[in-house]
Amino acid sequence: MTVFLTIVVIALFVITLWQMSKILKLSQLKNADDSQVANDKDNNTQGKLMLAFVIFMYLLTIYCFVQYRSFFLPESASEHGVDYDQLMLISMVLIMFVQIITQGLLHFFAYKYRGKKENKALFFADNDKLEFIWTIIPVIVLAGLIIYGLFTWTDIMNIDEKEGDPLIVELYAYQFDWRARYSGEDNVLGKANVRYIEGINTLGVDASDSYGKDDKITTELHLPVNRKVIFKMRSQDILHSAYMPFFRAQMNVVPGMITEFSYTPTMTSEEMRNSDFMVEKVATINKIRREKSKKLVAAGDEALETYVFDYYLLCNKICGVSHYNMQMKIVVESEEDYEAWLKTQQTFGEQLSAQASN
Amino acid sequence: MSATHGDNHDHDHGHHKETFITKYIFSQDHKMISKQYLITGLIMGIIGIAMSILFRMQLAWPDHQFTIYEILLGKFGEDGVMDPSIYLALVTIHGTIMVFFVLTAGLSGTFSNLLIPLQIGARDMASGFLNMISYWLFFLSSVIMVLSLFAEAGPASAGWTIYPPLSALPQAIGGSGTGMTLWLVSMAIFIASSLLGSLNYVVTVINLRTKGMSMTRMPLTIWAFFVTAIIGIVSFPVLLSAALLLIMDRSFGTSFYLSDIYIQGEVLHNQGGSPVLFEHLFWFLGHPEVYIVLLPALGITSEIIATNSRKPIFGYRAMVASILAIAFLSTIVWGHHMFISGMNPFLGSVFTFTTLLIAIPSAVKAFNYITTLWKGNLQLNPAMLFSIGLVSTFITGGLTGIILGDSTLDINVHDTYFVVAHFHLVMGISALYGLFAGVYHWFPKMYGKMMNKNLGYVHFWVTAIGAYGVFFPMHFIGMAGLPRRYYTNSNFPYFDDLADTNVLITVFALITAAGQLVFLYNFISSIFYGKKAIRNPWNSNTMEWTTPVEHMHGNWPGEIPHVYRWPYDYSKTNENGEYVIAGQDFVSQITPLQDGEEEMHH
Repeated sequence: MTVFLTIVVIALFVITLWQMSKILKLSQLKNADDSQVANDKDNNTQGKLMLAFVIFMYLLTIYCFVQYRSFFLPESASEHGVDYDQLMLISMVLIMFVQIITQGLLHFFAYKYRGKKENKALFFADNDKLEFIWTIIPVIVLAGLIIYGLFTWTDIMNIDEKEGDPLIVELYAYQFDWRARYSGEDNVLGKANVRYIEGINTLGVDASDSYGKDDKITTELHLPVNRKVIFKMRSQDILHSAYMPFFRAQMNVVPGMITEFSYTPTMTSEEMRNSDFMVEKVATINKIRREKSKKLVAAGDEALETYVFDYYLLCNKICGVSHYNMQMKIVVESEEDYEAWLKTQQTFGEQLSAQASN
Repeated sequence: MSATHGDNHDHDHGHHKETFITKYIFSQDHKMISKQYLITGLIMGIIGIAMSILFRMQLAWPDHQFTIYEILLGKFGEDGVMDPSIYLALVTIHGTIMVFFVLTAGLSGTFSNLLIPLQIGARDMASGFLNMISYWLFFLSSVIMVLSLFAEAGPASAGWTIYPPLSALPQAIGGSGTGMTLWLVSMAIFIASSLLGSLNYVVTVINLRTKGMSMTRMPLTIWAFFVTAIIGIVSFPVLLSAALLLIMDRSFGTSFYLSDIYIQGEVLHNQGGSPVLFEHLFWFLGHPEVYIVLLPALGITSEIIATNSRKPIFGYRAMVASILAIAFLSTIVWGHHMFISGMNPFLGSVFTFTTLLIAIPSAVKAFNYITTLWKGNLQLNPAMLFSIGLVSTFITGGLTGIILGDSTLDINVHDTYFVVAHFHLVMGISALYGLFAGVYHWFPKMYGKMMNKNLGYVHFWVTAIGAYGVFFPMHFIGMAGLPRRYYTNSNFPYFDDLADTNVLITVFALITAAGQLVFLYNFISSIFYGKKAIRNPWNSNTMEWTTPVEHMHGNWPGEIPHVYRWPYDYSKTNENGEYVIAGQDFVSQITPLQDGEEEMHH
């Protein structure tokens, strides 16, 4: 129905435009100016519209920032994310400042200097000083941003396995799901290659490698809070991308090579769930879901589940038909809870022997 | 040389008979070829935009059934439900068509062909025959691309960037079978066409300028086309090799891009290749491609803004220098598409540096445009509105590039709708505005008729509001971490509150697309019923407006005029404050210096 209405609206809109143009055309005949070149009257109207347009742009900007402020991701749940957010804020403020000034000038000039027959334009072809100024200002500002950005980038990407006591976890991607492989007691991942994939050994772990025996393969990603984790990423088939927006983390998962990303989670799932931002956000979402459910139930379908926030990992590189639903739940919890959960998971060795005894 | 050529030509003229076929189909005349490019490009544009409407509808109303899907998509839209695989195919082909077929061939092909000979004072392109071949190869590649839509397992659907292994393995997605083969064939032919065209442009600009037309007297349009052609020659062959290696991997069992793959219960034999290699090769073209699309639009805009402001373009030499700087830098920034591809993070630092450098010449250009408007006597013709619109979207889209070009910030917005919003504004919409501005401005030259200005105004305002309505809110859903290329967002309840915004975006998209019908109507009806144009309707200085309205082979009757000044002597006054030529605020390039007049540049 909505669609039908939309199409009708559009059709009517087109007809309106067409009719309007006809009226305009008819009214033009009397003026006898059918040169199709803008005259003073056009310049006047269009110049004013330009001014109106920049006001529209400002309003749109304000509307978006106010109305959509809940769209911004909540405070970062990882250590480096704080720096990320800081840099993002600085860049954002900077570009919005430039945006408002330049758009204002551009459209204001279009309005102010709209043509009139008796006006004369100023022959102004060059000014070395002006041009120098607006070359040097971006140079300085950008140099600052580049340096700031590069320091942060090096901090994030410099992954040192020897520093601290990082947890080593493999993220394994395939069409269309994720697995996590914990490195076990020895904190070393066993060797693996797709050529070892057979039966229950779906990740292709080398059964002859003793490091692999204590590895644990899970369908959820659990992380202890405040401990650095290093992800080793492997893909079984095609390119995927492990995107963890709440941790400001993303890395492509590439078949044939192992990619890495590392961060330290700083907020447990519970803490994030109870943060003011998230409580409000989830309430809004559940309100939307309840509305939707009403319609669904009326149509004889099942109602939507009530949403409870959990961190997630999603695939962010086009990978096939179910790309849109390739996700994994992430749970950040206290060290004890994490250990308790990990105990309940079978090791790779146990899995193999369980299969052998069957 | 040109003089003798001109003399011979006069004698020739009238002798050779033109048949319908040599005049309209296999024409070697640059003006006709340019029209062929434009119309083919527009048709491809209609297909590309229609596709975007379909997938925008899917995104806005994912659980709705639309009969139109069934009508247009056949078995992929059964019962009005869009199949996820055809969603990806639509996204892929939309990108391919818009980037290559509309904005590369449709924009650069049209206006390079039309304006290079006319604005530098040449009879035609250096090689009319190659020019004709170039168009027909483009036509052939368009036909193949359209045909690929009918492949049984669906057209190519690995995204317009066709990253392997997805694009290499039909087991991974249906579209990587015949659809992908046709895509590659079409693109290979397209590249050949583009190369022939570009070589021709470069040779023509270097060799066939009329007497007096030094490089520093060339209009900025020609500078832009010239440099664009050079970037094309440098980077398109790399795409061809990327495509060739991909064809090898797909059909002949090589392993350039493939390694350690287990798919559909089977280990592939491929070993040792790397998809990252493909990404490097692809973006070595892919990034310059952005400027191949954008520079001609900026050139067109420079010319139109100067003419309609009745002022010289501010900082001509800075504009040329920034075109050159952008062109050079554009070939060494490709890695900013790959910060998180798994390449060495140190490379990320290098590419951040070069990428943010490119903001400098871009900023200079934007400031120069704004200063050109300052104290002008603006004639707000539709072409001028689109040019101002271009500067506006170029700034808005360019600024978010500062975020994306920063390797750190890219981590969390990479491949989200933030990127989609960014590149659509900075290259998609901006280049389209350039195309529209060019069509409105040079329509009198192409068809000898004027386009209706009021329809032009309606077209501009609908498009301007619509384009911001679509892409401005899109930044915000991107900041929420919404990934692009998702068939539906309903599998993540966290995104539920973005649904309304997606509807809003789609409604704006529908209105904007409908607004383009106004343009189409205006374009077609003006060809047949438009008011007859006069020789120089915009009071412009450049040489194309000194040719007769009626097209003729060889462009100028008699000798080619000589050039005595740069093209931006608008509102130039003598010391007494009077215009150089009394009562006229422009001085054509072919007018000699007047008594007591100083040439203020060069």
